[in-house]
Amino acid sequence: MAISFILNGKAQSVDVSPDMPLLWVLRDTLNMTGTKFGCGMALCGACTVHINGEATRSCTTAISSVAGKKVTTIEGLSADGSHPVQQAWMEEDVPQCGYCQSGQIMSAVALLSKKPNPTDTDIDDAMTGNICRCGTYQRIRKAIHRAASMQAGKAKSAA
Amino acid sequence: MAIAPVVNRRDFLKTGTAGGVALVIGFHLTPTAFADQAQDQEKKIPNPLDAWVRVTADNNVTLILGKSEMGQGVMTALPMILAEELCLDWKRVKIEQAPTNPKIYDHGTGGSGSIAGSWLPLRRAGAAAREMFVSAAAARWNVSRDTCKAQNGGILHGARKNFLTYGELVSEAAKLPVPDFNTVPLKNSNDFTIVGHDTRRFEGRDKSTGAAIFGLDSRVQGMLFAVIARCPVFGGKVKTFDATKAKAVPGVREVFAIDPVAQGAFTAGGVAVLADNSWAAIEGRKVLQITWDEGPAASESSASLRQQFLDNAAKPGKVVRNDGDADAAISSAAKKVDASYEFPFAPHATMEPMNCTVHIRPDGAEAWVPTQAPQWAQQVIAGVAKLPPEKVIVHTTLMGGGFGRRYQADFVMEAAQVAKVSGKPVMVFWTREDDMQHGFYRPASYHHFSGALDAKGNLAAWKHFQTSTSIEAMWSPKGEENAEKSEFATAAFIPYQTANYRVEYTLAKSSVPRAWWRSVEHSSSGFVVESFIDELAVAAGADPLEYRLRLIGEDRKIPDFTNPKENKPLDTARLKGVLRLAAEKAGWGKPLPKGIFRGLAGYYSFESYTAAVVEVGVKDGAVKVHRIVYAVDCGRPINPDGVRAQVESAAIYGLSAALHDAITISGGRVEQSNFHDYQMPRINETPKTEVHVVMSQEEPTGIGEPGLPVVAPAMCNAIFAATGKRIRRLPVRAEDLA
Repeated sequence: MAISFILNGKAQSVDVSPDMPLLWVLRDTLNMTGTKFGCGMALCGACTVHINGEATRSCTTAISSVAGKKVTTIEGLSADGSHPVQQAWMEEDVPQCGYCQSGQIMSAVALLSKKPNPTDTDIDDAMTGNICRCGTYQRIRKAIHRAASMQAGKAKSAA
Repeated sequence: MAIAPVVNRRDFLKTGTAGGVALVIGFHLTPTAFADQAQDQEKKIPNPLDAWVRVTADNNVTLILGKSEMGQGVMTALPMILAEELCLDWKRVKIEQAPTNPKIYDHGTGGSGSIAGSWLPLRRAGAAAREMFVSAAAARWNVSRDTCKAQNGGILHGARKNFLTYGELVSEAAKLPVPDFNTVPLKNSNDFTIVGHDTRRFEGRDKSTGAAIFGLDSRVQGMLFAVIARCPVFGGKVKTFDATKAKAVPGVREVFAIDPVAQGAFTAGGVAVLADNSWAAIEGRKVLQITWDEGPAASESSASLRQQFLDNAAKPGKVVRNDGDADAAISSAAKKVDASYEFPFAPHATMEPMNCTVHIRPDGAEAWVPTQAPQWAQQVIAGVAKLPPEKVIVHTTLMGGGFGRRYQADFVMEAAQVAKVSGKPVMVFWTREDDMQHGFYRPASYHHFSGALDAKGNLAAWKHFQTSTSIEAMWSPKGEENAEKSEFATAAFIPYQTANYRVEYTLAKSSVPRAWWRSVEHSSSGFVVESFIDELAVAAGADPLEYRLRLIGEDRKIPDFTNPKENKPLDTARLKGVLRLAAEKAGWGKPLPKGIFRGLAGYYSFESYTAAVVEVGVKDGAVKVHRIVYAVDCGRPINPDGVRAQVESAAIYGLSAALHDAITISGGRVEQSNFHDYQMPRINETPKTEVHVVMSQEEPTGIGEPGLPVVAPAMCNAIFAATGKRIRRLPVRAEDLA
């Protein structure tokens, strides 16, 4: 039976087993490989996407539970890498192997949408679910602060 | 069964082949044949305008990367060397992964050797290409070569104010004879505008947008996704299996058994489940019914291995080094110190689980492999497909971490076997549980030290006994030849002066596969040497920094005892240099806030020098690392910010094994399975890390691994300062702090 949802702003319908995790629907059915498989148990955060704006582990989210909802993946953040968090990631040269970074960025974007000017403690609380084996955490912290100031600057110039 | 030649890691990295290839190709390799094979692989010097830099008529410049990118930054640092000699505008450069061709490229990526090994060859290749453009321009203008200068991606004729881009010159330049690499003029380092300057990672944008393609992201028309059920006990085999239920899972296409491959590839064999998508393959595997023949390893456990260590330690070992008479010096010493240290197995736990995509057709094969050794992957697939290696196209993808794990060919062998049976393109991928339980682990080891001090606190004797599950023994035909070769390194040529120096070794037998884990033997050697010298400093009543500097003594070069032929000695001046620099930047000797204590370590590995001062607090049975100050000397840093990034990374990797979980064995199998029972550091535990890079003019050396060996001993020395307790087994346990 087809399951319909909004993927990165566009209507999407898939005909798969209802208990298939969203992660594998994205990666294997839709060939959107920006969202990564790390653990399959919601332990590492590599598969993080937004569902109705909330950072969610797609590896343990059955596709049936997504029906009618809005899903945003790393590919949906910006068409050209211009999202402030992506820009901050590049400027701080955060990624090493880079495998976990889609998930890190999705968690960071969700954090900043709730707390536009997070403290280090806010960052710890929001980002502890995302493992980086290369240990880029120090730069992730810097990049989140940088993205926060970039967004604040944008808001200011818009106002 | 073919016999694998004895190879150590350095030989292995150099030739890029090992015993596994012998088995795959299916003939016996004597050491002589192995040498011949290595000879065959000797590189011919290719035209650099074909192999290393491609310029189109419309002036697009693409630099070719012959090594594999796993996060360590070679995709940026190596092309920087080419771009420097070519006088290119870095912002306009594109970078492309080389095709797998061991006749041209030295693909093997490991041992922190990419920069050291490529520095001169890439400078020469870049310089040769530059000189070809100069010649082409001089001919075009009919002027002397001396009046032409490479600049900003083209050739300038100063007097005429003429400028031709490389694109405008390439058709003529490519036809010119290639200059002699031994005499081609290299740029003066004072003129460097790219090398030595902080440069952002080339593929950083793709890694921030989800566009980067890792092995697991390979997509081929008509491909199947497969997982393999392996015997949970090391060395166990499939006895019988029933695939009825697995085949009933929607999307499952094929189920069949594959054989284990012992020496070389070291695969477990098992039952493969191939499906239309990853999820169906995983679900199919869950309902497979398999009876295993667990084999003799089923009785092995961490407890039985520890007993073996203790039994070995009760007897003398094989003498690895013996200067003077350590036993006599210890028995007559003013002061004697004894300590034993223990390390468990450690997993690589790359974030991207192992995977490999292979398509074998009758006339050729193609593969997409996240590998540190594409040349080996090519030979493995060629062997299974019964094709000549030239008929196997191997695409090296980005790797979601390597750390030595992806130098192995096990995951390639499995994918080749499955693809051969299926005939379709197949990705064999590992789940996290597969990865945690069927890896190749940092060896478990046990060390006993005896040290003696004379009345002045000088080192009268140093005695080090070690027993471990050797890496080298994995590759030996009988599993025991030269087992100590992979286990000591700098621990067998410590910089601390003593007339009586004895090192002994006993091999511990284990069925648990071992391999090169980030920094390899240095992870344990660095810990024991830098912990024990700290114990001696305290026994001597000396400051740990002053004591190290005193015992290192005068400036001199200490030959690598484990590999004297390579002539890569430890330079004591550089080691003292990083110790002093780290201490100065950390404020060594100055007061700290209440509850914060510091410890120090300095070490030589992969021809680089690192020192770290770690600040910790210990509260309620837990260690909190507040700050790490590093000083590193890896010769001329190509990309200083890349160097800092690697050291920041090695710190967290080292802390992971020192503070968190271990791999433990019970019933011949790994007890841990995923990130809930094998915890790794997260952002909330991340200390402030400062990395001070020595802007040296020496030849560049490794940095992917050298940051690791110092972090755990410096931390544990800080724990001693905080608690008065010595940490002599890793990871740190709450009961060892109380």
